[in-house]
Amino acid sequence: MPKYTTVSIPTTLHRRIMKMIERKEGFKSASDYVTYVLREIVAMHETEKVPDPFTSEDVEKIKVRLRALGYL
Amino acid sequence: MRDQLLPVSKETAVTVTNIATGVLSPLKGFMNRADYQSVLDDMRLADDTPWTIPILLHVPSDFVAGVGDEITLVDESGAPLALLAFEECYRISRKEYAEKVFGTSERSHPGVAKLYEAPDTVIAGDLKATFEPRLPFEGITLTPAETRVLFREKRWREVVAFQTRNAPHIGHEYLQKTALSFADGIFLNPVIGKKKPGDFTDEVIVDAYRSLVSNYYPANSVVLSVLHYEMRYAGPREAVLHAIMRKNFGCTHMAIGRDHAGVGNFYKPYAAQEIFTEFPDLGITPLFFREFFYCKKCLGIANEKICPHPADERLNFSGTKLREIFSSGQRPPNEFMRPEVVDVIRSHHPAFVE
Repeated sequence: MPKYTTVSIPTTLHRRIMKMIERKEGFKSASDYVTYVLREIVAMHETEKVPDPFTSEDVEKIKVRLRALGYL
Repeated sequence: MRDQLLPVSKETAVTVTNIATGVLSPLKGFMNRADYQSVLDDMRLADDTPWTIPILLHVPSDFVAGVGDEITLVDESGAPLALLAFEECYRISRKEYAEKVFGTSERSHPGVAKLYEAPDTVIAGDLKATFEPRLPFEGITLTPAETRVLFREKRWREVVAFQTRNAPHIGHEYLQKTALSFADGIFLNPVIGKKKPGDFTDEVIVDAYRSLVSNYYPANSVVLSVLHYEMRYAGPREAVLHAIMRKNFGCTHMAIGRDHAGVGNFYKPYAAQEIFTEFPDLGITPLFFREFFYCKKCLGIANEKICPHPADERLNFSGTKLREIFSSGQRPPNEFMRPEVVDVIRSHHPAFVE
């Protein structure tokens, strides 16, 4: 599987990104910048969708151990 | 389809437990070739999830298995640890691994030396079932599920993780309390497991932290629990793995100090902070701290960001110096370490790994 693919963005946005990264250190290219920003946003959306992994029975069982060990 | 037994080392047994309990989530087993190569090249799993250190199961080069085989991993006493669904067997280049993960292939680096002791053949596969592990310090070993419930019960929303492999000196305490001052709680998570000669023993670290917490921390501000884990001393890459593990425990922040997970002079002092700029999607926020010291002019703990005085006014918290003081039978000054912690360390023989 290739490591990279092409995503289209407006040329105006590309110009703005290039101007910005010329002024700022840290990003080597517009692709680097877009990858960084998208990873941040995608991770945020993924986190929102994570369901609570514990049933109330799980929680009660865990609380019993935590009490026995003096944590609760 | 064959079933076979595979004896594993104490350190691998700990990794098995960490996979099974979710400390190493999202891993469900030992890495396949695609994940391994992606971690080396891009510091991410093949699905783009941040991951910086390979998690491998080394086997003898003549090990034979086929897809669908079930392999029972057993500990050094022969007790079963887990069932592994064999996926693939492949060889690694230890030189490539060392250079990419440790940034060096010098054998004087303990992580590199350990890598070269292991066979270059590895097997991959998910764990299908695991058995109850028998770990030391059971009473202060919590799983990620347990800490997540615990933090919720304590109504902590912001939890800072602090990783350590040392008995606490004043510099550690100051860093922890600085972090605690803007969080709901701190998760003190000392690493228990194989260490290098000269490190404090596990018993010393645990007892010293118990003493510090009971004498110097407000009630309901600290959770102390150990992490069974073998240090790789991979500096920046390992700092990221440490943060991922603490995210799995339910922490929102991770304290990263000077030369985190480093050894000798292999890494730049703050390389383990700089690497985090590569990971906007880590899911845990690193908190960066400069090194703390005691300043004779300020009459207190400071760091270079807040203290203008020259180096000769500063008392640095050097681990080497502490070892020398204890080894010569002396007590470190109170500016260096709490007297209660000193008493605990002096009550242990030996206090350091030999």
